[in-house]
Amino acid sequence: MMLSGTVEKSEIVPIANSSDVVIVRQRVRALATELKFSLVDQTKIVTAASELGRNTLEHGGGGSLELALVVNGVRRGIRLRFSDQGPGIPDIAQALKDGFTTGSGMGLGLGGSKRLVNEFEINTRPGDGTVVIAIRWK
Amino acid sequence: MERIPILRMGNYLLVTIQVDMHDKLALTLQDDLTNRISEVNAKGVLIDISSLEIVDSFIGRTLANIASMARVLDAETVVVGMQPAVAITLVELGMSLPGIRTALNVESGMEYLRETVAAHEGSDDAIGDSREV
Amino acid sequence: MSKLLGEIQKNHDSLLQDWLKRLKSTVQRHDLITDQELEAQASEIVALIADVPGGTTLDDFTGEGWQPLKAMLANISVSRATAGFTPSETAIFILSLKPSLFAIARQQRSNNADELFSEVLAINEFVDKLALHTTDSYIHGRDQIIRRQQEEMLELSTPVVTLWDGIVALPLIGTLDSARTQVVMESLLQAIVQTNSRFAIIDITGVSTVDTLVAQHLLKTITAARLMGAECIISGIRPQIAQTIVHLGINLQDVITKSRLADAFRLALERSGRKVVRIDKPNDGNAANSRGV
Repeated sequence: MMLSGTVEKSEIVPIANSSDVVIVRQRVRALATELKFSLVDQTKIVTAASELGRNTLEHGGGGSLELALVVNGVRRGIRLRFSDQGPGIPDIAQALKDGFTTGSGMGLGLGGSKRLVNEFEINTRPGDGTVVIAIRWK
Repeated sequence: MERIPILRMGNYLLVTIQVDMHDKLALTLQDDLTNRISEVNAKGVLIDISSLEIVDSFIGRTLANIASMARVLDAETVVVGMQPAVAITLVELGMSLPGIRTALNVESGMEYLRETVAAHEGSDDAIGDSREV
Repeated sequence: MSKLLGEIQKNHDSLLQDWLKRLKSTVQRHDLITDQELEAQASEIVALIADVPGGTTLDDFTGEGWQPLKAMLANISVSRATAGFTPSETAIFILSLKPSLFAIARQQRSNNADELFSEVLAINEFVDKLALHTTDSYIHGRDQIIRRQQEEMLELSTPVVTLWDGIVALPLIGTLDSARTQVVMESLLQAIVQTNSRFAIIDITGVSTVDTLVAQHLLKTITAARLMGAECIISGIRPQIAQTIVHLGINLQDVITKSRLADAFRLALERSGRKVVRIDKPNDGNAANSRGV
Protein backbone atom coordinates (compact mmCIF):
# COMPACT_ATOMS: atom_id res chain seq x y z
CA MET A 1 0.00 0.00 0.00
CA MET A 2 1.78 3.13 -1.20
CA LEU A 3 1.22 6.30 0.68
CA SER A 4 0.04 9.18 -1.44
CA GLY A 5 2.24 11.96 -2.82
CA THR A 6 5.19 12.70 -5.08
CA VAL A 7 8.51 13.64 -3.61
CA GLU A 8 9.63 17.14 -4.31
CA LYS A 9 12.87 16.94 -2.40
CA SER A 10 14.44 14.66 0.16
CA GLU A 11 17.49 14.09 2.34
CA ILE A 12 18.93 11.11 4.21
CA VAL A 13 19.85 11.34 7.88
CA PRO A 14 21.85 8.41 9.19
CA ILE A 15 20.90 7.20 12.68
CA ALA A 16 23.80 5.54 14.44
CA ASN A 17 23.88 7.09 17.89
CA SER A 18 21.86 9.28 20.22
CA SER A 19 23.25 12.57 18.85
CA ASP A 20 21.90 11.54 15.48
CA VAL A 21 18.41 11.54 16.96
CA VAL A 22 18.97 15.22 17.85
CA ILE A 23 19.96 15.86 14.24
CA VAL A 24 16.79 14.09 13.10
CA ARG A 25 14.77 16.52 15.23
CA GLN A 26 16.64 19.52 13.86
CA ARG A 27 16.26 18.50 10.22
CA VAL A 28 12.55 17.75 10.58
CA ARG A 29 12.00 21.04 12.35
CA ALA A 30 13.86 22.90 9.60
CA LEU A 31 11.58 21.39 6.96
CA ALA A 32 8.45 22.02 9.01
CA THR A 33 9.46 25.65 9.43
CA GLU A 34 10.13 25.94 5.71
CA LEU A 35 6.64 24.62 4.99
CA LYS A 36 5.23 27.07 7.52
CA PHE A 37 3.52 24.47 9.69
CA SER A 38 1.73 25.88 12.75
CA LEU A 39 3.68 25.64 16.00
CA VAL A 40 1.54 22.80 17.34
CA ASP A 41 1.82 20.82 14.10
CA GLN A 42 5.58 21.41 14.03
CA THR A 43 5.88 20.11 17.58
CA LYS A 44 3.83 17.05 16.70
CA ILE A 45 5.83 16.01 13.66
CA VAL A 46 9.19 16.68 15.32
CA THR A 47 8.15 14.70 18.39
CA ALA A 48 6.93 11.82 16.22
CA ALA A 49 10.28 11.88 14.40
CA SER A 50 12.09 11.78 17.73
CA GLU A 51 10.06 8.77 18.89
CA LEU A 52 10.47 6.85 15.66
CA GLY A 53 14.13 7.82 15.36
CA ARG A 54 14.83 6.49 18.80
CA ASN A 55 13.07 3.23 17.97
CA THR A 56 15.25 2.87 14.90
CA LEU A 57 18.31 3.31 17.09
CA GLU A 58 17.38 1.31 20.16
CA HIS A 59 15.17 -1.41 18.76
CA GLY A 60 16.51 -1.55 15.24
CA GLY A 61 20.19 -1.24 16.06
CA GLY A 62 20.58 1.86 13.93
CA GLY A 63 19.40 2.80 10.46
CA SER A 64 18.40 5.93 8.64
CA LEU A 65 15.69 8.47 8.02
CA GLU A 66 14.61 9.59 4.59
CA LEU A 67 13.06 13.00 5.16
CA ALA A 68 10.98 14.20 2.21
CA LEU A 69 8.76 17.05 1.14
CA VAL A 70 5.80 15.44 -0.58
CA VAL A 71 3.14 16.93 -2.78
CA ASN A 72 -0.31 15.60 -3.54
CA GLY A 73 -2.15 17.89 -5.90
CA VAL A 74 -1.93 21.17 -4.08
CA ARG A 75 -1.37 19.69 -0.63
CA ARG A 76 2.16 19.72 0.74
CA GLY A 77 3.44 17.59 3.56
CA ILE A 78 6.39 16.02 5.33
CA ARG A 79 7.11 12.34 4.89
CA LEU A 80 9.31 10.44 7.32
CA ARG A 81 10.66 7.08 6.28
CA PHE A 82 12.62 5.31 9.02
CA SER A 83 14.36 2.05 8.10
CA ASP A 84 16.57 -0.38 9.93
CA GLN A 85 17.91 -3.88 9.54
CA GLY A 86 17.02 -4.92 13.07
CA PRO A 87 15.00 -7.81 14.46
CA GLY A 88 11.65 -6.48 13.20
CA ILE A 89 8.43 -6.24 15.17
CA PRO A 90 6.69 -9.57 15.73
CA ASP A 91 3.23 -8.29 16.63
CA ILE A 92 2.38 -4.97 15.03
CA ALA A 93 -1.13 -4.84 16.45
CA GLN A 94 0.26 -5.21 19.94
CA ALA A 95 3.00 -2.64 19.33
CA LEU A 96 0.44 -0.12 18.15
CA LYS A 97 -1.62 -0.69 21.25
CA ASP A 98 1.32 -0.14 23.58
CA GLY A 99 0.85 3.05 25.47
CA PHE A 100 3.26 4.68 27.80
CA THR A 101 3.37 4.25 31.49
CA THR A 102 5.43 6.80 33.27
CA GLY A 103 8.59 5.49 34.80
CA SER A 104 8.88 2.03 33.37
CA GLY A 105 7.11 2.22 30.03
CA MET A 106 8.41 -0.39 27.68
CA GLY A 107 6.14 0.46 24.79
CA LEU A 108 7.73 1.45 21.52
CA GLY A 109 5.38 4.36 21.45
CA LEU A 110 4.20 3.51 17.96
CA GLY A 111 0.58 4.04 18.86
CA GLY A 112 1.39 7.50 20.18
CA SER A 113 3.45 8.48 17.14
CA LYS A 114 0.64 7.29 14.91
CA ARG A 115 -1.71 9.74 16.59
CA LEU A 116 0.65 12.62 15.88
CA VAL A 117 0.58 12.18 12.10
CA ASN A 118 -2.02 11.86 9.34
CA GLU A 119 -0.77 8.75 7.53
CA PHE A 120 1.16 5.90 9.08
CA GLU A 121 2.44 2.60 7.74
CA ILE A 122 4.72 -0.11 9.12
CA ASN A 123 6.42 -2.77 7.05
CA THR A 124 8.26 -5.30 9.13
CA ARG A 125 9.10 -8.97 9.38
CA PRO A 126 10.83 -10.70 12.27
CA GLY A 127 14.49 -10.92 11.34
CA ASP A 128 14.03 -8.73 8.32
CA GLY A 129 14.20 -5.19 9.61
CA THR A 130 11.53 -2.52 9.84
CA VAL A 131 10.36 0.39 7.72
CA VAL A 132 8.05 2.98 9.25
CA ILE A 133 6.50 5.66 7.06
CA ALA A 134 4.67 8.63 8.54
CA ILE A 135 3.21 11.66 6.74
CA ARG A 136 1.94 14.92 8.19
CA TRP A 137 0.09 17.16 5.74
CA LYS A 138 -0.07 20.88 6.06
CA MET B 1 31.53 16.19 28.61
CA GLU B 2 28.64 18.62 28.54
CA ARG B 3 26.42 18.70 31.56
CA ILE B 4 23.33 20.62 32.52
CA PRO B 5 24.20 22.97 35.40
CA ILE B 6 22.41 22.47 38.72
CA LEU B 7 22.03 25.56 40.88
CA ARG B 8 21.58 25.45 44.61
CA MET B 9 19.37 27.85 46.53
CA GLY B 10 19.49 26.88 50.18
CA ASN B 11 17.50 23.66 50.50
CA TYR B 12 16.46 23.68 46.87
CA LEU B 13 18.04 22.68 43.60
CA LEU B 14 17.24 24.50 40.36
CA VAL B 15 17.73 23.05 36.91
CA THR B 16 17.01 24.94 33.70
CA ILE B 17 16.93 22.76 30.60
CA GLN B 18 17.65 24.91 27.59
CA VAL B 19 19.25 22.60 25.10
CA ASP B 20 17.80 19.97 22.86
CA MET B 21 18.94 17.05 25.01
CA HIS B 22 20.16 13.83 23.53
CA ASP B 23 19.42 10.73 25.53
CA LYS B 24 22.85 10.44 27.16
CA LEU B 25 22.65 14.02 28.40
CA ALA B 26 19.27 13.30 29.94
CA LEU B 27 20.61 10.25 31.75
CA THR B 28 23.61 12.24 32.98
CA LEU B 29 21.23 14.85 34.36
CA GLN B 30 19.31 12.12 36.16
CA ASP B 31 22.51 10.88 37.78
CA ASP B 32 23.87 14.33 38.61
CA LEU B 33 20.61 15.41 40.22
CA THR B 34 20.20 12.34 42.40
CA ASN B 35 23.81 12.67 43.56
CA ARG B 36 23.41 16.35 44.31
CA ILE B 37 20.13 15.89 46.19
CA SER B 38 21.87 13.40 48.38
CA GLU B 39 25.04 15.51 48.79
CA VAL B 40 23.33 18.65 50.01
CA ASN B 41 20.27 16.99 51.54
CA ALA B 42 18.03 19.02 49.28
CA LYS B 43 14.34 19.17 50.12
CA GLY B 44 13.08 20.38 46.78
CA VAL B 45 13.96 20.24 43.10
CA LEU B 46 12.65 22.68 40.50
CA ILE B 47 13.07 21.78 36.84
CA ASP B 48 12.43 24.62 34.41
CA ILE B 49 11.45 23.36 30.97
CA SER B 50 10.09 26.63 29.60
CA SER B 51 12.72 26.61 26.86
CA LEU B 52 12.08 23.05 25.77
CA GLU B 53 10.23 22.95 22.48
CA ILE B 54 10.17 19.18 22.28
CA VAL B 55 9.41 16.75 25.07
CA ASP B 56 9.21 13.20 23.79
CA SER B 57 8.52 10.00 25.69
CA PHE B 58 12.15 9.57 26.71
CA ILE B 59 12.39 13.02 28.24
CA GLY B 60 8.99 12.46 29.83
CA ARG B 61 10.13 9.23 31.43
CA THR B 62 13.37 10.89 32.54
CA LEU B 63 11.42 13.62 34.32
CA ALA B 64 9.21 10.98 35.93
CA ASN B 65 12.29 9.03 37.06
CA ILE B 66 13.87 12.11 38.54
CA ALA B 67 10.70 12.84 40.50
CA SER B 68 10.50 9.28 41.83
CA MET B 69 14.15 9.11 42.81
CA ALA B 70 13.95 12.50 44.48
CA ARG B 71 10.94 11.38 46.45
CA VAL B 72 12.82 8.35 47.74
CA LEU B 73 15.52 10.78 48.86
CA ASP B 74 12.84 12.84 50.62
CA ALA B 75 12.80 15.70 48.16
CA GLU B 76 9.81 17.17 46.29
CA THR B 77 10.09 17.81 42.58
CA VAL B 78 8.16 20.33 40.50
CA VAL B 79 8.41 20.78 36.73
CA VAL B 80 7.58 24.28 35.53
CA GLY B 81 6.90 26.16 32.34
CA MET B 82 5.74 23.49 29.92
CA GLN B 83 4.84 25.16 26.62
CA PRO B 84 1.25 24.72 25.34
CA ALA B 85 2.34 23.00 22.10
CA VAL B 86 4.42 20.57 24.14
CA ALA B 87 1.55 19.84 26.52
CA ILE B 88 -0.84 19.19 23.63
CA THR B 89 1.64 16.85 21.97
CA LEU B 90 2.39 14.92 25.16
CA VAL B 91 -1.30 14.34 25.73
CA GLU B 92 -1.69 13.12 22.16
CA LEU B 93 1.26 10.78 22.70
CA GLY B 94 -0.59 9.35 25.66
CA MET B 95 1.69 10.63 28.40
CA SER B 96 0.01 12.41 31.28
CA LEU B 97 2.93 12.17 33.73
CA PRO B 98 0.67 11.58 36.73
CA GLY B 99 3.44 11.37 39.33
CA ILE B 100 4.88 14.77 38.56
CA ARG B 101 3.88 18.08 40.11
CA THR B 102 3.77 20.95 37.65
CA ALA B 103 3.56 24.71 37.92
CA LEU B 104 3.23 27.57 35.46
CA ASN B 105 6.57 29.21 36.16
CA VAL B 106 9.55 29.37 38.49
CA GLU B 107 7.75 31.69 40.91
CA SER B 108 4.74 29.45 41.49
CA GLY B 109 6.99 26.42 41.43
CA MET B 110 9.09 27.79 44.28
CA GLU B 111 5.96 28.78 46.17
CA TYR B 112 4.71 25.20 45.90
CA LEU B 113 8.05 23.79 47.05
CA ARG B 114 8.24 26.10 50.07
CA GLU B 115 4.71 25.23 51.15
CA THR B 116 5.24 21.51 50.68
CA VAL B 117 8.60 21.44 52.43
CA ALA B 118 7.19 23.46 55.34
CA ALA B 119 4.27 21.04 55.63
CA HIS B 120 6.64 18.07 55.69
CA GLU B 121 8.76 19.64 58.34
CA GLY B 122 5.67 20.21 60.38
CA SER B 123 4.68 16.55 60.27
CA ASP B 124 8.25 15.39 60.85
CA ASP B 125 8.32 17.42 64.04
CA ALA B 126 5.04 15.84 65.12
CA ILE B 127 6.47 12.37 64.70
CA GLY B 128 9.52 13.45 66.65
CA ASP B 129 7.33 14.77 69.46
CA SER B 130 5.27 11.67 69.81
CA ARG B 131 8.37 9.63 70.22
CA GLU B 132 9.66 11.66 73.08
CA VAL B 133 7.45 10.12 75.67
CA MET C 1 6.80 14.55 -28.32
CA SER C 2 9.98 16.46 -27.79
CA LYS C 3 9.73 17.36 -31.45
CA LEU C 4 6.47 19.11 -30.71
CA LEU C 5 7.97 20.98 -27.78
CA GLY C 6 10.83 22.05 -30.01
CA GLU C 7 8.36 23.34 -32.57
CA ILE C 8 6.48 25.25 -29.89
CA GLN C 9 9.73 26.83 -28.80
CA LYS C 10 10.61 27.88 -32.32
CA ASN C 11 7.15 29.25 -33.06
CA HIS C 12 6.49 30.73 -29.68
CA ASP C 13 5.69 34.26 -30.91
CA SER C 14 3.25 33.20 -33.59
CA LEU C 15 1.66 30.76 -31.14
CA LEU C 16 1.03 33.61 -28.71
CA GLN C 17 -0.37 35.88 -31.41
CA ASP C 18 -2.65 33.15 -32.68
CA TRP C 19 -3.95 32.45 -29.18
CA LEU C 20 -4.58 36.11 -28.43
CA LYS C 21 -6.48 36.44 -31.70
CA ARG C 22 -8.71 33.50 -30.77
CA LEU C 23 -9.19 34.88 -27.25
CA LYS C 24 -10.45 38.17 -28.63
CA SER C 25 -13.13 36.38 -30.56
CA THR C 26 -14.47 34.60 -27.47
CA VAL C 27 -16.48 36.05 -24.61
CA GLN C 28 -14.25 38.42 -22.73
CA ARG C 29 -14.73 39.72 -19.23
CA HIS C 30 -13.64 43.30 -19.76
CA ASP C 31 -15.22 44.09 -16.43
CA LEU C 32 -12.83 41.78 -14.63
CA ILE C 33 -9.62 41.95 -16.60
CA THR C 34 -8.01 44.44 -18.94
CA ASP C 35 -6.68 43.49 -22.36
CA GLN C 36 -3.12 44.12 -21.23
CA GLU C 37 -3.50 41.85 -18.19
CA LEU C 38 -4.98 39.14 -20.37
CA GLU C 39 -2.12 39.45 -22.83
CA ALA C 40 0.39 39.36 -20.00
CA GLN C 41 -1.12 36.16 -18.59
CA ALA C 42 -1.23 34.45 -21.96
CA SER C 43 2.29 35.56 -22.78
CA GLU C 44 3.68 34.19 -19.53
CA ILE C 45 1.99 30.86 -20.03
CA VAL C 46 3.38 30.46 -23.51
CA ALA C 47 6.83 31.54 -22.32
CA LEU C 48 6.80 28.98 -19.51
CA ILE C 49 5.79 26.22 -21.92
CA ALA C 50 8.45 27.25 -24.42
CA ASP C 51 11.19 27.63 -21.81
CA VAL C 52 11.06 24.25 -20.18
CA PRO C 53 14.46 22.66 -19.61
CA GLY C 54 15.60 19.96 -22.00
CA GLY C 55 14.39 16.49 -21.16
CA THR C 56 10.94 17.66 -20.14
CA THR C 57 8.16 15.92 -22.01
CA LEU C 58 4.55 16.84 -22.66
CA ASP C 59 3.20 13.60 -21.25
CA ASP C 60 4.91 13.78 -17.88
CA PHE C 61 3.24 16.70 -16.13
CA THR C 62 4.66 15.66 -12.75
CA GLY C 63 8.21 16.34 -13.91
CA GLU C 64 10.30 19.07 -12.29
CA GLY C 65 10.47 21.06 -15.51
CA TRP C 66 6.77 21.87 -15.30
CA GLN C 67 6.92 23.23 -11.74
CA PRO C 68 7.25 26.92 -12.74
CA LEU C 69 4.28 26.61 -15.09
CA LYS C 70 2.21 24.89 -12.39
CA ALA C 71 3.09 27.57 -9.87
CA MET C 72 2.13 30.27 -12.34
CA LEU C 73 -1.17 28.57 -13.15
CA ALA C 74 -1.95 28.32 -9.44
CA ASN C 75 -1.29 32.05 -9.09
CA ILE C 76 -3.48 32.94 -12.04
CA SER C 77 -6.24 30.75 -10.68
CA VAL C 78 -6.15 32.49 -7.31
CA SER C 79 -5.88 36.02 -8.70
CA ARG C 80 -8.70 35.41 -11.16
CA ALA C 81 -10.85 33.94 -8.41
CA THR C 82 -10.24 37.04 -6.33
CA ALA C 83 -11.17 39.18 -9.34
CA GLY C 84 -14.46 37.33 -9.63
CA PHE C 85 -13.92 34.76 -12.37
CA THR C 86 -15.65 31.43 -11.99
CA PRO C 87 -13.33 28.41 -12.06
CA SER C 88 -14.90 27.40 -15.40
CA GLU C 89 -14.02 30.74 -16.93
CA THR C 90 -10.41 30.30 -15.92
CA ALA C 91 -10.40 26.72 -17.20
CA ILE C 92 -11.91 27.81 -20.52
CA PHE C 93 -9.21 30.44 -20.83
CA ILE C 94 -6.57 27.71 -20.54
CA LEU C 95 -8.44 25.27 -22.78
CA SER C 96 -8.63 27.89 -25.50
CA LEU C 97 -4.91 27.31 -26.04
CA LYS C 98 -5.73 24.00 -27.74
CA PRO C 99 -6.69 25.20 -31.23
CA SER C 100 -3.50 27.24 -31.48
CA LEU C 101 -1.37 24.24 -30.53
CA PHE C 102 -3.31 21.99 -32.90
CA ALA C 103 -2.57 24.49 -35.65
CA ILE C 104 1.17 24.15 -35.05
CA ALA C 105 0.93 20.36 -35.12
CA ARG C 106 -1.01 20.41 -38.38
CA GLN C 107 1.51 22.79 -39.89
CA GLN C 108 4.35 20.36 -39.19
CA ARG C 109 2.60 17.07 -39.81
CA SER C 110 0.16 17.68 -42.60
CA ASN C 111 1.56 14.70 -44.52
CA ASN C 112 1.26 12.09 -41.83
CA ALA C 113 -2.24 11.53 -40.48
CA ASP C 114 -1.15 9.00 -37.85
CA GLU C 115 1.58 11.22 -36.40
CA LEU C 116 -0.74 14.21 -36.52
CA PHE C 117 -3.39 12.24 -34.65
CA SER C 118 -1.04 11.20 -31.84
CA GLU C 119 0.33 14.71 -31.49
CA VAL C 120 -3.18 16.14 -31.30
CA LEU C 121 -3.98 13.57 -28.61
CA ALA C 122 -0.87 14.53 -26.65
CA ILE C 123 -1.70 18.23 -26.88
CA ASN C 124 -5.26 17.52 -25.85
CA GLU C 125 -4.20 15.64 -22.72
CA PHE C 126 -1.58 18.19 -21.85
CA VAL C 127 -3.85 21.22 -22.05
CA ASP C 128 -6.57 19.33 -20.14
CA LYS C 129 -4.06 18.81 -17.33
CA LEU C 130 -3.24 22.51 -17.29
CA ALA C 131 -6.90 23.41 -17.05
CA LEU C 132 -7.55 20.85 -14.31
CA HIS C 133 -4.60 22.19 -12.38
CA THR C 134 -6.18 25.64 -12.34
CA THR C 135 -9.41 24.12 -11.06
CA ASP C 136 -7.60 22.21 -8.31
CA SER C 137 -5.81 25.37 -7.27
CA TYR C 138 -9.10 27.23 -7.17
CA ILE C 139 -10.61 24.60 -4.91
CA HIS C 140 -7.55 24.50 -2.70
CA GLY C 141 -7.61 28.29 -2.41
CA ARG C 142 -11.26 28.17 -1.43
CA ASP C 143 -10.61 25.46 1.13
CA GLN C 144 -7.93 27.58 2.73
CA ILE C 145 -10.25 30.58 2.93
CA ILE C 146 -12.99 28.47 4.45
CA ARG C 147 -10.59 26.99 6.94
CA ARG C 148 -9.29 30.39 7.93
CA GLN C 149 -12.80 31.73 8.35
CA GLN C 150 -13.73 28.71 10.40
CA GLU C 151 -10.76 29.29 12.64
CA GLU C 152 -11.68 32.93 13.06
CA MET C 153 -15.24 31.98 13.87
CA LEU C 154 -14.02 29.44 16.35
CA GLU C 155 -11.74 31.94 18.00
CA LEU C 156 -14.55 34.45 18.19
CA SER C 157 -16.92 31.90 19.62
CA THR C 158 -14.51 30.68 22.23
CA PRO C 159 -13.34 33.80 23.99
CA VAL C 160 -11.35 33.19 27.13
CA VAL C 161 -12.42 35.52 29.92
CA THR C 162 -10.31 36.54 32.88
CA LEU C 163 -12.54 36.32 35.93
CA TRP C 164 -9.90 37.36 38.41
CA ASP C 165 -6.14 37.34 38.80
CA GLY C 166 -5.06 33.87 37.90
CA ILE C 167 -8.54 32.58 37.10
CA VAL C 168 -9.82 32.31 33.54
CA ALA C 169 -13.10 31.01 32.20
CA LEU C 170 -13.97 29.52 28.85
CA PRO C 171 -17.70 29.38 28.07
CA LEU C 172 -18.20 26.80 25.36
CA ILE C 173 -21.14 27.05 23.02
CA GLY C 174 -22.33 24.65 20.38
CA THR C 175 -20.80 21.38 19.29
CA LEU C 176 -17.35 20.13 20.16
CA ASP C 177 -15.88 18.22 17.26
CA SER C 178 -12.29 17.27 16.69
CA ALA C 179 -11.30 20.37 14.77
CA ARG C 180 -13.03 22.69 17.19
CA THR C 181 -11.42 21.05 20.21
CA GLN C 182 -7.98 21.69 18.75
CA VAL C 183 -8.66 25.40 18.45
CA VAL C 184 -10.34 25.55 21.84
CA MET C 185 -7.48 23.71 23.51
CA GLU C 186 -4.90 25.96 21.94
CA SER C 187 -6.61 29.22 22.82
CA LEU C 188 -7.28 28.13 26.39
CA LEU C 189 -3.70 27.00 26.96
CA GLN C 190 -2.34 30.18 25.36
CA ALA C 191 -4.56 32.26 27.61
CA ILE C 192 -3.37 30.34 30.67
CA VAL C 193 0.23 31.16 29.84
CA GLN C 194 -0.44 34.77 28.96
CA THR C 195 -2.52 35.55 32.05
CA ASN C 196 -0.48 33.34 34.35
CA SER C 197 -3.63 31.59 35.51
CA ARG C 198 -3.59 28.64 37.85
CA PHE C 199 -7.28 27.97 37.35
CA ALA C 200 -9.35 27.54 34.22
CA ILE C 201 -13.09 27.11 34.37
CA ILE C 202 -14.59 25.40 31.34
CA ASP C 203 -18.30 26.05 31.27
CA ILE C 204 -20.29 23.66 29.12
CA THR C 205 -23.77 25.06 29.69
CA GLY C 206 -23.95 25.86 25.99
CA VAL C 207 -22.61 22.56 24.72
CA SER C 208 -25.47 20.73 23.02
CA THR C 209 -24.36 17.13 23.34
CA VAL C 210 -21.75 15.38 25.39
CA ASP C 211 -20.82 11.96 24.10
CA THR C 212 -17.73 9.84 24.62
CA LEU C 213 -15.81 11.77 21.99
CA VAL C 214 -16.62 15.16 23.47
CA ALA C 215 -15.69 13.87 26.91
CA GLN C 216 -12.39 12.61 25.51
CA HIS C 217 -11.69 16.01 24.01
CA LEU C 218 -12.45 17.75 27.28
CA LEU C 219 -10.24 15.32 29.17
CA LYS C 220 -7.36 15.96 26.77
CA THR C 221 -7.68 19.69 27.37
CA ILE C 222 -7.73 19.20 31.12
CA THR C 223 -4.69 16.93 31.03
CA ALA C 224 -2.73 19.36 28.89
CA ALA C 225 -3.56 22.23 31.24
CA ARG C 226 -2.48 20.15 34.19
CA LEU C 227 0.84 19.39 32.52
CA MET C 228 1.38 23.10 32.30
CA GLY C 229 0.57 23.64 35.94
CA ALA C 230 -3.02 24.83 35.77
CA GLU C 231 -6.12 23.20 37.22
CA CYS C 232 -9.36 22.92 35.25
CA ILE C 233 -12.85 22.97 36.69
CA ILE C 234 -15.80 21.97 34.56
CA SER C 235 -19.03 23.81 35.23
CA GLY C 236 -22.46 24.06 33.68
CA ILE C 237 -23.27 20.39 33.77
CA ARG C 238 -26.96 20.06 33.06
CA PRO C 239 -28.88 17.15 34.59
CA GLN C 240 -29.21 15.42 31.20
CA ILE C 241 -25.47 15.67 30.66
CA ALA C 242 -24.84 14.20 34.10
CA GLN C 243 -27.07 11.26 33.15
CA THR C 244 -25.33 10.79 29.80
CA ILE C 245 -21.94 10.83 31.48
CA VAL C 246 -22.93 8.10 33.93
CA HIS C 247 -24.68 6.01 31.26
CA LEU C 248 -21.69 6.14 28.96
CA GLY C 249 -19.44 5.17 31.83
CA ILE C 250 -17.20 8.19 31.28
CA ASN C 251 -14.65 8.42 34.04
CA LEU C 252 -14.44 11.92 35.42
CA GLN C 253 -12.81 10.85 38.64
CA ASP C 254 -9.88 13.22 38.66
CA VAL C 255 -11.88 16.10 37.33
CA ILE C 256 -13.56 18.72 39.49
CA THR C 257 -17.07 19.42 38.29
CA LYS C 258 -19.62 21.99 39.44
CA SER C 259 -23.08 22.53 38.15
CA ARG C 260 -22.87 26.32 38.25
CA LEU C 261 -20.14 28.64 37.02
CA ALA C 262 -20.52 30.64 40.22
CA ASP C 263 -19.64 27.60 42.33
CA ALA C 264 -16.64 26.90 40.15
CA PHE C 265 -15.53 30.49 40.57
CA ARG C 266 -15.92 30.34 44.33
CA LEU C 267 -13.86 27.16 44.44
CA ALA C 268 -11.11 28.68 42.33
CA LEU C 269 -11.03 31.73 44.58
CA GLU C 270 -10.77 29.54 47.68
CA ARG C 271 -8.04 27.42 46.18
CA SER C 272 -6.07 30.53 45.38
CA GLY C 273 -6.39 31.73 48.93
CA ARG C 274 -9.12 34.30 48.52
CA LYS C 275 -12.67 34.76 49.67
CA VAL C 276 -15.47 37.21 48.98
CA VAL C 277 -16.68 39.21 51.97
CA ARG C 278 -19.63 41.49 52.28
CA ILE C 279 -18.62 44.89 53.61
CA ASP C 280 -21.16 46.33 56.02
CA LYS C 281 -22.02 49.95 55.42
CA PRO C 282 -21.56 52.16 58.54
CA ASN C 283 -24.92 52.30 60.37
CA ASP C 284 -26.34 55.86 60.25
CA GLY C 285 -29.59 54.85 61.92
CA ASN C 286 -31.57 54.68 58.68
CA ALA C 287 -33.95 51.71 58.64
CA ALA C 288 -33.64 51.24 54.90
CA ASN C 289 -29.91 50.65 55.16
CA SER C 290 -30.20 47.94 57.73
CA ARG C 291 -32.33 45.82 55.42
CA GLY C 292 -29.21 44.28 54.06
CA VAL C 293 -28.72 42.78 50.65
